[in-house]
Order: sequence, then structure tokens, then C-alpha cells
Amino acid sequence: MTSDTPARRRARVFSRRRGAPSRVRRRLGAAARMFAALALAGGVYTAFTPGAFAEDNVPLSAAAQEGKALYDTSCITCHGRDGQGVQGRGPSLIGVGSASVEFQVGTGRMPMTRQEAQAEQKPPQFDETQTEQLGQYIQELGGGPELPKGELVENLETNPDALAEGGKLFRINCTSCHGFGGGGGALSSGKFAPGLHDATAEQIYAAMLTGPQNMPVFGDNQLTPDQKKQIITYIQVQLQEDKDPGGLFNLGRYGPSTEGMAIFLVGITLLVFTSLWIAGKS
Amino acid sequence: MKRRKMDLSEAPTNFAKGVDDRFQAATPLRGLLNKVFPDHWSFLLGEIALFSFIVLLLSGVFLTLFFDPSMKEVAYNGSYLGLRGVEMSAAYESSLHLSFEVRGGLFMRQMHHWAALLFMASIIVHMARIFFTGAFRKPREINWVIGVVLFLLGFFAGFTGYSLPDDGLSGTGLRIASAIMLTIPVIGTWLSAAVFGGEFPGELIIGRFYIAHVLLIPGLLLALIAAHLGIVFKQKHTQWPGPLRTNENVVGERMFPRYAMKQGGFFMAVFGVIALMAGVFQINPIWLFGPYRAAEVSSASQPDFYVMFMDGLVRLMPNWQIYIFDYSIPPMFWPAVVGLGALFTLPMAYPWLEARKLKDKRTHHLLERPRDNPERVGIGMMSLTFFLVATLSGANDVIADKFHISLNAMTWAGRIGLVLLPPLAYYIAVRICLGLQQHDRQVLAHGVETGIIKRLPNGQFVEIHQPLGPVDDHGHPVPLEYAGWVVPKKMNRIGALAPAIKGFFYPVEKPADIPVSPAVGGPAKREEIKSGS
Repeated sequence: MTSDTPARRRARVFSRRRGAPSRVRRRLGAAARMFAALALAGGVYTAFTPGAFAEDNVPLSAAAQEGKALYDTSCITCHGRDGQGVQGRGPSLIGVGSASVEFQVGTGRMPMTRQEAQAEQKPPQFDETQTEQLGQYIQELGGGPELPKGELVENLETNPDALAEGGKLFRINCTSCHGFGGGGGALSSGKFAPGLHDATAEQIYAAMLTGPQNMPVFGDNQLTPDQKKQIITYIQVQLQEDKDPGGLFNLGRYGPSTEGMAIFLVGITLLVFTSLWIAGKS
Repeated sequence: MKRRKMDLSEAPTNFAKGVDDRFQAATPLRGLLNKVFPDHWSFLLGEIALFSFIVLLLSGVFLTLFFDPSMKEVAYNGSYLGLRGVEMSAAYESSLHLSFEVRGGLFMRQMHHWAALLFMASIIVHMARIFFTGAFRKPREINWVIGVVLFLLGFFAGFTGYSLPDDGLSGTGLRIASAIMLTIPVIGTWLSAAVFGGEFPGELIIGRFYIAHVLLIPGLLLALIAAHLGIVFKQKHTQWPGPLRTNENVVGERMFPRYAMKQGGFFMAVFGVIALMAGVFQINPIWLFGPYRAAEVSSASQPDFYVMFMDGLVRLMPNWQIYIFDYSIPPMFWPAVVGLGALFTLPMAYPWLEARKLKDKRTHHLLERPRDNPERVGIGMMSLTFFLVATLSGANDVIADKFHISLNAMTWAGRIGLVLLPPLAYYIAVRICLGLQQHDRQVLAHGVETGIIKRLPNGQFVEIHQPLGPVDDHGHPVPLEYAGWVVPKKMNRIGALAPAIKGFFYPVEKPADIPVSPAVGGPAKREEIKSGS
């Protein structure tokens, strides 16, 4: 029994509003919420992450533009347009940072002569300004590690323990490939760890930071910037300046192999000639 | 005050007479001082080893005054900045102290190490001389065996000495030694535990190696060297065949004064060369290696060169693990234990093997020229090639790196070379010996080539040979018997040309006038040869 009183009509309308929403409405609502969530997520993502579109719009600095010009003539064959890399030829350079460029181009390893186990060091093909411009371009292209500003070698007068600390870190982290004396060493299948005798502080720092060729990356969470500086101090002060006692020649410090060669080439040769001389006096 | 006049020239005589009156030394001393030693440069190679052993003893005594064979942990507080505050064993600390603070300590350490290398290198060279000339034959087999044992003792003396400073490199070497002991089936674990006093590295090994290095091994070396020399003295030194030299006599110089002076001089030369190398070349810079930590292994960690052949054999051995029920024989067992054993026992047995093969029971005091026994030279070259390939493989990472060769290629070259090169060396050595023999026989049969070309009436050109002996009725040389000694092959060796000018570094005499062949009539009379017209 229904009676059509205004109060009941109100109640009916009211109750229908308060009742379960219709199927269409439910779907519309879900879609709207989904859209809002997606828009929020996407918006946050776009806001915090520089995307490819965003980058295209940021104009390169003057130095980076110079770098790009160099890149487009010398590097693009292997590393592709905009540093995207070419399959089977060269890796992508997005995110490698200017430290990597400083090392690879600054030591002449890049541009590479040919594809082989490892790029050889050779006279640099670009001067310092050009290297910086290339580094600036790669940095602006995809970010990545950069060399810190300031002195990279510890001052032993104010911090005398840095040398011993650096030596300790060097023996734990570096000798297994570069050797006790920093003369370098062989790795498998034609790869090698180069000698450290002509490496500059910047190059060593950049190498630790970026892990060039077959070297592992020693990020700042593995070796803090201070520890890196201590290692550089040890390499430069102890191994490169060669203030060690023990004679005029250190035989390359490749261990007993060159010492064994020396005893035959120098010791035995001298004494065989001496015995020829003595026996000849009769 | 009146001084009694003393005749100085009489003093030595009076002194010697006094000694003889009391000790009756004249008769035995006369025999000793008149003992004759044959003279040849190759007989001096063994002396290099003897003299470097003396240098080793002298410098080693100096080192023991400062070295502390203890594995007690201390913090370094010496003058070397690069290790300041680092925790290390007292042995390493005292080695650093010896190198940096003790006056002349580093020089003495380097002298000791270079003398050790020279000791082993000269043993190898001396051993090669004995082998290739057949000096090990009856009655000298036992002395050959003693020589091989001396090399083995030197090997262990060197290894224990290399371990004593307790630096990063010597600890790595000890780790390998412990691994080699562990590979021996059944007893390996017990052996390693017994040597190291428990688990590697323990706290005893430096003290134990110290006693082995300064007392046990040098004592044995000294005793065996004395026996080695005593046997040479008793059996007399071998000599090369030659005019007046037979199997029954010794032709040479008396012990006193000539031989003693030469040996004294040579000792000074050996001492000088060791000191020169110690002053000029750095060896084993222990301060760079740091204290031994099991986690720190440098690239190019090698033993000294005389242990390197074993390291090389281990590097070349393929990874063949053999399982027998629950037990396994690691691949390293074969090169390091079986290989080392074979490489020392086979040479020891060689004199008897060769005598058996040749059915030779005679006593030999005359040496044999290498070419006269091609098989022996072949075997010797085969062994040396094997040793060389193994030794180079012990340094294959350094070679690979410095000559830009792939390390894998070096390993495979070593594996293939170890199998192929020794037989090749045998073949080449035998062929060279046979060729040299043939040339000797040819010269004995036909004479020395004079370099004079004669044209016969029929237009034929022949070279004139100078016969070494008598000729028959037709002017042909009578073939001569080979005497086992150098056959003259050049005209100046038989006095036909001016003798070579004497002097080692510069001529000590005026060169004689060049004799002019009467056939040519001197340079002035030569006429220019013209063509045609």
C-alpha cells in the first residue's frame, strides 16, 4: 500500500539517493577516480623526472654545443645520435657523466682505434678545452658522475696519516689487478689493468668514479671521496715519485720475474766474462 | 841501547820452520799446495755458486742480528710514512726496521737476496756444464747426485727466506705452499696442520721457517758443499782432452800460488758483482707489499725465479680433478708434488741410466765435447727447454701484460710448448751435434780451407786445402784420427797466418806484420783485371 504524500515522495527520492548507485554511475565514478590517480601519478612523475621531451626543450649551453659539434664528427659513428649507443659498436652514453669523458678522452683511449678487448692508451686526440666541451655535452645530455672541484691529493704535512691509509686501501682494492708497485697486470683474454705510473690525480679519480674499460666502479658509497684522495696520494707520492731506497733501478717492480731476468742478464753474464778473462790469463 | 840486528828476509823461513817443528805440517802441506788443477773458463762456474754461498753466510749473519722471527702483532711506528700505524707482525716490522733504520741494512738485505739468486743461477749454469761435458760419468756419479740435492736445498733455503719477512708477497707464497701440501692424498691435511701448527697461517710458521732457514738448511748445505768439494779434491778435477792430457794425469796449475791467486781474485769479482747488483738494482721492496693479509693478493705475485718453474707447471695444469669414492685428488697435486719429485729424481738417476744404455763401465777423467755425444746434448736441451717453458709460464701474466698478449693465449702456448718444444729442441740439438762432428771429420780428412782458389788447366776451380798431417804419394792428406778435442779450422790456428793478438779488452802487444803470400806477391804487384780489349 503506497500513499502519495509529499513527505513520502521526499522520503522516496531521498531513499533512492541513499540507496545503491546504479551500475552506470558506479562505472563512471571508478573511471573518474582512475583517471585522477593516473593523472596524479603521471604528473608527479613528469614533474620529478626530466624526460626526453623535457630535455629537448632545454637549450644546450655554449660549451655543450661546441661539444656536440665534436661529438657529431668524432663519436657518433659508434655511440649513435644523442649518445644513444649503437648495438654491437658502442654503448649508450646517457648517464656516464663528464668524469667518464675526462678519463676516456683525456687519456686518448677514446676515440678507439679499433674494436678489441680493451681500448689502449694513446696520445689524446682532443685538447683539454675540447675534452671539457665534450664532457659538458655528455653531462647535459644525461647527467652522471662529475669530478669534484678542488685539490685531489692530500697534503701530507697537515694529514700525515693519509699516506698509510691510502696504502692500506690501495692494497685492499687496487693491487689485485694493478699490482703492488702499480705497474699494471694482465686480466683474462687480452684485457689488462694499465700501469699507474703516468696517471694524473684527475684521471685516477675519474677512473674510480666511473669504472672505465674492465675496471669496477668504486662509487662514493664504497670509497668515500676522502678515501679516494688517500689512494691518489699513495699512488702519486709513494709509487710515482719513486723515492724508494734500494738502488738506481727498480726493475719495473713487476716482482721476481724481472729480478730473475736481471740475475742472468747482469750477474751471470758479468761473471762468465770474468771467468773467461781469468782463465785466459795462463 | 843496542838493538839486535834482525834479518827480515830470514823471518818467514824461521817462522815456517818453527811451525813445522811443532806440527810437522810440511809434508802434507807440500802435497796440498802442489796439487794441480786444470784450467778452463767453464770450470769456474761452480765457484760462482761457492763464492755466492760465502756471501750468503756473511750477509745472512748480519741480517739475523736485527730480524725478529715473531708473528706477534704490533703497530708500525718507524720512519716509513707509507705504513705508519698499520698493524703488522713483529717479523715484518723488524724487516722494515732493518731496511730503513739500520745503517747499511737495506744494502745487506739486497746483497743477501741477490746472492741467493746468483747462487741458484750459477748452480743451474754449472750443472749444465757438468751435464753437457759428461763430467758426471763414473767415478763422479755421487757428486752429481749431491749437486742435484744442493739445488733442491737451495730451492728450500730460498723459499723459507722469501717467507721470513712476512710481507704480502711471502704470505701469498706460503698460502700456495700450504695448498700444495693439502693436495697430497691421505696425509695432506695432517702435513699442513703439522707444518703450520694448525690452520694456515697460524702463529708458528715464521719461527719454524726461521730455524730451518738459518740453521737446518744452511747446515746441510755447508756439509754437502764440503762433501762436494772433498770429492772433487779426492777424485781430482776432470780435464779437457788435448796434447799431453790423458785419462791418467792432470795437466794444469799448482794450487799455490797461481790457482789460489786466481780463485782469490775470482772470489773478489763475485763479491763485487753481488755488491754492485745490490747497490744498483732494487730487489723485493717489501714495504710496498704491506703486511700479509689473506684478502690481499697482488697481480704478478711470483716466487723467485728458481721456484718459478713449479708455479708455471701449476698454472699450465688443466683442471682435471680425480674422484676416488669420497676422496679427490686435486689437479695441483700432479705438477707440484709428482712433478717436483720427478724433476729431482730423474736427473739423479741419469748417470746410471746413461752408463747402462751405453754399457759403459770405464772410469772417465777426460771430458767429452758436447758434439761427441749428441743424444746426451739432446736430452739436456730437452730438459732445459722444459725448464725454460715452465719458468716462463710462471711469469706468464707479466709477459702477457708487458708484451700485449692475451693471458689465455700465453697459457695455451705454454701447454702446447711444454709438450712440443722439448722434442723439437732434442731433434735440433742432435742435428747440430752431428753436423759439427761431420765438419770435424771433414777437416781431419781433407785439411783446412785456405781460401785460395786454384784454376786448373781445364778451367775448373778448386779450393786448396792445407792438410793437417802427412800426405801420401799423390799429395792427398792421410786421414787423421779424431782426438776428442778442438780441430783447427782456420789457417791462423795452425800458424800459417799471424796469430791472434793477445789481450782481453785491448791489445797488449803490437800486431805482427801481415805475412805476404809469395804466390800473390804483395798488394803492390797486383794488377787490375780488365775486361775485353
